[in-house]
Formats: sequence, structure tokens, C-alpha cells
Amino acid sequence: MSAVTAAPPMAVRELRGLLTNYRRTWRGSIISSVLGPLMSLVALGMSLGKIVDAGPGAHTFGTVDGRPVKYLLFLAPALMANAGMQTAIGESTYPVLSSMKWQRTFHASIASPMGSFDVFVGRLLFIGFRVLMNCGIFLAVMALFGAVRAAGPAGLGPVLAVPAAVLTGLAFAAPVVAWAVTQDRDTGFSVLFRFVMIPLFLFSGTFFPLSQLPVVLQPVAYATPLWHGVDLCRGLALGTATTGSVLLHLAYLTAVIGAAVWYGSRTFRRKLNP
Amino acid sequence: MVDISTSPTSALAPFSEAPLIKAVGLRKVFPPTKRGGEPFTAVDGIDFELRRGEVFGFLGPNGAGKSSTMRMIGCVSPMTGGDLTILGMDPRVDSSRIKARLGVVPQEDSLDMELRVRENLLIYGRYFGLKRAEIAARTAELLEFVQLSDRAESPVEPLSGGMKRRLTIARSLINSPEILILDEPTTGLDPQARHVVWDRLFRLKQAGTTLILTTHYMDEAEQLCDRLVVMDHGRIAAEGSPRELIERYSTREVLEIRFAPDGADRKAAAASLAALIGTGERGAVERIEELPDRILLYSDDGEASLAAVHGSGTVPVASLVRRSSLEDVFLHLTGRTLVD
Repeated sequence: MSAVTAAPPMAVRELRGLLTNYRRTWRGSIISSVLGPLMSLVALGMSLGKIVDAGPGAHTFGTVDGRPVKYLLFLAPALMANAGMQTAIGESTYPVLSSMKWQRTFHASIASPMGSFDVFVGRLLFIGFRVLMNCGIFLAVMALFGAVRAAGPAGLGPVLAVPAAVLTGLAFAAPVVAWAVTQDRDTGFSVLFRFVMIPLFLFSGTFFPLSQLPVVLQPVAYATPLWHGVDLCRGLALGTATTGSVLLHLAYLTAVIGAAVWYGSRTFRRKLNP
Repeated sequence: MVDISTSPTSALAPFSEAPLIKAVGLRKVFPPTKRGGEPFTAVDGIDFELRRGEVFGFLGPNGAGKSSTMRMIGCVSPMTGGDLTILGMDPRVDSSRIKARLGVVPQEDSLDMELRVRENLLIYGRYFGLKRAEIAARTAELLEFVQLSDRAESPVEPLSGGMKRRLTIARSLINSPEILILDEPTTGLDPQARHVVWDRLFRLKQAGTTLILTTHYMDEAEQLCDRLVVMDHGRIAAEGSPRELIERYSTREVLEIRFAPDGADRKAAAASLAALIGTGERGAVERIEELPDRILLYSDDGEASLAAVHGSGTVPVASLVRRSSLEDVFLHLTGRTLVD
């Protein structure tokens, strides 16, 4: 019994199980973790960036120290926030359906002292770890391409963008995991990818400032969690963030996570403890 | 000798001891699945007790409420009504502490297919907060016990159905549970694999482990259970040892006589054989059951009944005298209608 009382919290036990599993499967995921940022930074940041920086729109991406921000520097931290979202959504869909329906490991977990909420929170912790890993790799690739400039407190702004991207990822992971556990089939996932993830990727201020959007679309874009993540990561990486904007973004993303965790506690209980 | 001891249990525990599980008027009602639909009563007020060291079975057709009962005992499905005490605790408040002392073999496999055999036991032991060294020692014993020692480093995916079941049993024992819950442990296995599983469960029983299992295989219940209940439509239809149930609900022997498929001979025979019921003579028949291709005569002396059948002028195509089994009890209590 003493072994049990000294044991870690229940959700951490689920996290540990998922990490043990990941030690067997990480090789497959690491390639896309590196290739993703590599390709997008070469194609969009460097190649397209050269044309943009030389063109008439070069001044639209803000200024740092009185000089216009280069497109690569404008784009890279936003792509990091997007990588956070995409990693989170990827880990929140098929793997969750597999644990629920195909391999049924959720059912094995809840037969142990863990409950359905522990299993849900443990999964979110694991996804947080995966996003941290991918965004850390993203930062390293950014540095390789000269897309990192010392900025912000102690010059560590670009490093602070990584935890901001993790928070962004969790703002997607929490609602998507909560929903994915209720699915009987994987058909809903492609709808999510096509009609939620891709539009967010294109219209949340990653490639251009939101002021360029048609006026009617701007409030919609401001309401999406991804815009808050993009603006937070970019502001931190470039050192242009204000305390007010940072607090606003943190509050918004935290509120989304909180609401989704509450919702997920209900969907997990309904599905695992009928 | 492999140490498969599970808990501080003993088959010789005094009967005065409090039962490990006590259910009184236990109910499970599922809400309607569709708006405006009817709620579904899966378990409709059942009473039972599980004593330390015994093997207790729930026998019943599909949909009888066996799995719902197992899930309530396993603390993964909240009860709707009645009282349930497990290891002296209330599952509504102490589910985590109860589950720490249970082992569960679910109906459908829930192994991690991406991991090796040994790793499946490792992560499961960690769920229970056990230390790595403790798990490693126990894993060696348990894999030996379920005859998977040489597969310790194999991936789980390519294992046969029987091997996966045995691995699931090993996994369920990682925390040295005081009660092992098995929901249809051999459903879907081939005869060889079933016998290996039975053999392992029998050894657990001999080692004093308390087992609670559901099954719709009569031979499984007869081989393993000390005591069992027959469930039907969410209620307990009968309770006792396999022997007691056969004595109470069937006769010592059953005579099966077969007729040509057209049915004319059979109908005529059934009418004349009714005269054999309760004559008080040797070979007297207690009950006759008419099936599409044959007639079953429940009797204490099947050979004498067969002589009486011949004496009445009935000429069956074939005949068979066999001992009564739990299957006869089961079909008598739950009927022959197919449950889908």
C-alpha cells in the first residue's frame, strides 16, 4: 500500500504510459517534425519572402527599431503557432479514436485506479509534450535559417514563443480530444482538417496582418484561438508584444482550455463510464 | 513452482468472514439512446454475495445483464439503484481504492498493440503505482504462468487470439488483485486455446484466488464455478452450485430421440410418449420437450425410458442417452428463443 500512496497523481500515470508507448513510435513522427518547418520556411519564408521584401508591401509587416520587419521574421513565429495547432489536432484525432475504439486502451486505463478524467488530462499532458517537442524543433530550424533575432526580455523572446505555442496547441487539443472521444468513425476528422484547420491556417494572420482581410471577416478572425496564438508568438519573438496584449492572449487561450476541459470531463465520463 | 499467489487470500477462510462483494437490489438503467426513446433496464434488482476463495459465475444469454453487472463491480459504470459493497467499500466514493485491489479481464482485448508483451505489463503495473523492480519480478512470474515467457519481447499485434487472452490475464494479475473479474474469458477462442485458459484459471482457483466470471459456455461454468447464478432479462433466475442447479431444474439423464425431418412421425410420437410422464414406473419421464427434429425426454434412467419408448411402439431414427448438463438447466430457465 505504501507504494500506492507514494505513487504520482493519476493523470501523470496515464502520461507515463503514453510516453512509454511513444518511445516505441517516435521515429515515425520525428521526420515530419523536422521536415514540416524546413519546407515551409524554405518555400514561404525565404523564397516568397525575398519577393515580398523587395516589393511595395514590405512595410506592412510592422517595424522593429524603425526598420521594416522582414517577411521571414514576420512569418516564422506564426508558423510555429500553426505547428502547435497542427501537432495538437493530429494527436487529438486518430490516436484518441484508436485508444477509444480500435485498441481500447482507454478501457484498460480506467480498469486501473485511474478514472476517465485522469485519462483525459493525462492525454492532454502528453499532447502538450508533443507540441513542446515539435515547437522546440521548429525554433531550432528557425535559428538555422536566421529567422531568430534576440528580442524581448533578456533577448529570450523567441524562446518564450515556444511555451506560447504549446498553450495554443492545448487550446485546440482540449476541445478536439473532448469531441474525438465521442466519435464512432473517423469521417468527422477530415471535415475538421479541411473546414477548420486549413481555413484557420490561411486566415488567422499567419501570412498577412489581419488588417488586410475584408472588414466583415476581421471579427471572426479575431475570435479564433489561432489568431491569439499567432499574435502572441509573433509579439514575443519580435519583442513587439505589450503587457496588455500578452495578458489578453493568455487569458483567452486559458479560458478556451478551461471550458474545453470541463466539456471533456463530461464527454469522457459519458463514453467511458456509461 | 511459479508463485502465482495473488493476494492474502486463502481458500480456507472462515465463512463467517464478511463477503468480498455484496449486492442488494442492484439495478442498472441506461437512459434512452434516442430523444423520446425508452430507458433500458439492463440489471433489474439482483442480490448476490461473493465469498473469499470461491469462483462465482454469471451465466446467461446475450443481453441478460452480465456485462453490465461486471462493469458496476469493476467501478467503471455507476449503479442506478440498490446497494453494492466491494471489499467493504462503496464504489460511488471509493472507486479508485477498490480498483487498486481488483483485476479485470475485459470481454474485448484492450492491449497496447504498439508495445511488446513485457511492456504491456510494465505500463499496466505503473498505472497501479507499482515500482519498476516490483513489476519486473512479477512480470517474469506472470509470463511464466501464462506460458508466454518466450514471447516477452514480441510485439503484441501478431500474437494469436489465445495468446492475447493469456497476456490479458497476466496483465490483470499485475497488482496481485484480491478479486479477479473475467467477462467471457474464452469467447472467440478455438478449443485448444480455451482449454489452456481454463487450465490457467483452474490453477488460480487452486491457489486460492477469488474469481468472478461471466460466460455463456455451460462447460466453462461447470468446470470452473463453485457457485453460479443464471441471469435472464436483468434478473437472477436461479442460484446454486452446478450440481444443485442440475438436480433442481433437470433430471439425472436426458434421452434424445431423433425422427425423420418431415415431422409426421415426431408429432405422432410426441402424442403417445406423453403417457410416459410421471407413471412412477422405472423409466418414467419427468418432462418432454419437442424440438423440430427430435424429442427430449428428461428422466432419471435414460436406458429404461428408451425401453419404454420402444415398448410404446415408437420407432425413432436414432437415440442418445446422456447425462443432464447445465445447458439443460440454462435452456429450461431462459428458453430456446434466440436472443439477438
